[in-house]
Amino acid sequence: MIKSFVDKKLTFRDMDPDVSLKAAADMSSAEIIETVSASSLRGRGGAGFPTGAKWKFCSRAEGDQKYVVCNADEGEPGTFKDRVILTRFPHLVFAGMSIAARAVGATRGLLYLRGEYTYLREGLMAALQKRRDDGLLGDEIMGVDGFEFDIEIRMGSGAYVCGEETALIESLEGHRGEPRNRPPFTADTGMNAMPSVVNNVETFAWAAAIMEKGPEWFRVVGTDQSTGFKLFSVSGDIDRPGVYELPLGITVQELLAAVGGENAKAAVIGGASGRVVSQAEFNRKVCYEDVPTGGAVIVFGPGRDMLDVAENFLEFMCEESCGQCTPCRLGNTKLLECVRMLQEGTCSAAYLREIVELGESIHLASKCGLGQSSGNIFLSIVENFREEIMGRALGAVEPATLRS
Amino acid sequence: MVLLTERDRIRQSLSELVERYGNTRSSLLPILQDIQRQHYHISEYAMQVVADLLGIHPVEVFAVVSFYSFLDFKPRGRFVIRVCRTMCCHMQGKDRVARQLETDLGIKFGETTPDGRFTLEYANCIGMCDLGPALLVNDRVYTEVTPNEVHHIIEECRKVFGAHAVQSQEVGL
Ligand SMILES: Cc1cc2nc3c(=O)[nH]c(=O)nc-3n(C[C@H](O)[C@H](O)[C@H](O)COP(=O)(O)O)c2cc1C
Ligand code: SF4
Ligand code: FES
Repeated sequence: MIKSFVDKKLTFRDMDPDVSLKAAADMSSAEIIETVSASSLRGRGGAGFPTGAKWKFCSRAEGDQKYVVCNADEGEPGTFKDRVILTRFPHLVFAGMSIAARAVGATRGLLYLRGEYTYLREGLMAALQKRRDDGLLGDEIMGVDGFEFDIEIRMGSGAYVCGEETALIESLEGHRGEPRNRPPFTADTGMNAMPSVVNNVETFAWAAAIMEKGPEWFRVVGTDQSTGFKLFSVSGDIDRPGVYELPLGITVQELLAAVGGENAKAAVIGGASGRVVSQAEFNRKVCYEDVPTGGAVIVFGPGRDMLDVAENFLEFMCEESCGQCTPCRLGNTKLLECVRMLQEGTCSAAYLREIVELGESIHLASKCGLGQSSGNIFLSIVENFREEIMGRALGAVEPATLRS
Repeated sequence: MVLLTERDRIRQSLSELVERYGNTRSSLLPILQDIQRQHYHISEYAMQVVADLLGIHPVEVFAVVSFYSFLDFKPRGRFVIRVCRTMCCHMQGKDRVARQLETDLGIKFGETTPDGRFTLEYANCIGMCDLGPALLVNDRVYTEVTPNEVHHIIEECRKVFGAHAVQSQEVGL
């Protein structure tokens, strides 16, 4: 059993996936979409697209064969909540996928599990088999005529960019995981050019919970634009790393207090594609309208060297860029080179300014979210920690003594 | 009795894989993943046969193999050890674990031991950030690894070459 610390009894534990599915089985497609839309549930994978709207597009799209795809690629550095959900609540996720299938009229489901999570596969297959045996997958689900759906597990093979939904579909189709241009969107031109719903693991689980408890129950928590609870994966210099269920709209300060990270000097929110939030901004809110996140929070204590942070994340980006776009492929290596110059104290202020401009260009000129966000951590460190990163001499850094 | 050459054998086992997963393009990745698992790499010949069976150009197969970090052209070890090098594990001391692995195995990252038993690689975040430093040995995950424990992990793998693997600290469902 995975030893990850989970801060309290998760809401998912009180849910009954069968009740959720029954509720959906008794509803029409439009009613399911209406319910999910009324909850204002937004995608838990990072981008925060309204789930009800996505399902609606897909239900209206024309296609002989529609697909529901669960994005279990969870590659964002600092994220591990989907692993915990898949381990503890697989039936809730599968119920959520089945509900989506009924909503959009899909008969095939695919769960794209990252290769690094191969050890979860067996348990998930067993859960799927149980559902088939119980009549919760297959033909005439719950005895409802025409409600037909089954789920297949597909494995990734170690590529972060495959978490991007169009790359994920390329990968499912047997291609290199290179993101596509959008539009067309996956909701009408997805898997095998057919309408497809792609959602995060947690999104499906919440959708199922909403079917059981109703949209009002969900809306009570969170802010106007970011309703509900969210699972956070919190790691770094804190007392209790683990998975936390917290309301969206919580301030960074409150979040740090909950995890035992009060003396933090900074936190990366949103993983490698997120940004650095410095102490001065700890009153900001974690939600789609302020500091968005798929749930990754990495906390840095007072002794951490922010250049080291920038270096590690840029190495990640250079490694994981699919290489289609020149700004992303080459630009990030330039940013990384600049970090190394800063470490050696050989980066002039003028050059740094140019590199910051380059970082902004990468954001504008990249095709997918990886490139568009690849420079964020570096840029936010340059913006907030100038005193710490300038004027260094090689090997003589004592970050704890630096003013930040 | 029919004598099969090595190539015949490969072709036969690949035909079986194609039959199992279906003769469509979207079966390519599952097929390649199985070949990698069985043979610790995907040879040029295997790529050609798969291309042939699926009716696509071998270059297409090559392009896919080259894209994914868990698929290899070159033979990898029986055990591939992948150390997470991403931020959270970095903060929790992955460098010392990595160093000890290099010393105990006598190889650098990216290399395979001459006996073909171990390959040492880095991975990016493997979703164990709260329990770092973390590493994967094939599909098995090890968490909160200390430099001193590295030795035990290697020994545990070595047992496979003798009798049975002892499972300890395994994480699963
Ligand atoms: C580089 C990159 C990696 C991504 N990785 C993931 C991932 O691992 N899991 C995930 O759910 N979404 C990931 N996404 C977001 C997906 O593209 C997509 O927005 C999401 O699966 C939609 O589901 P949701 O609306 O339920 O969040 C990633 C996006 C980008 C650009
Ligand atoms: S932005 Fe980067 S990862 Fe995204 S498509 Fe372009 S090169 Fe690939
Ligand atoms: S950073 Fe190592 S497992 Fe996430």
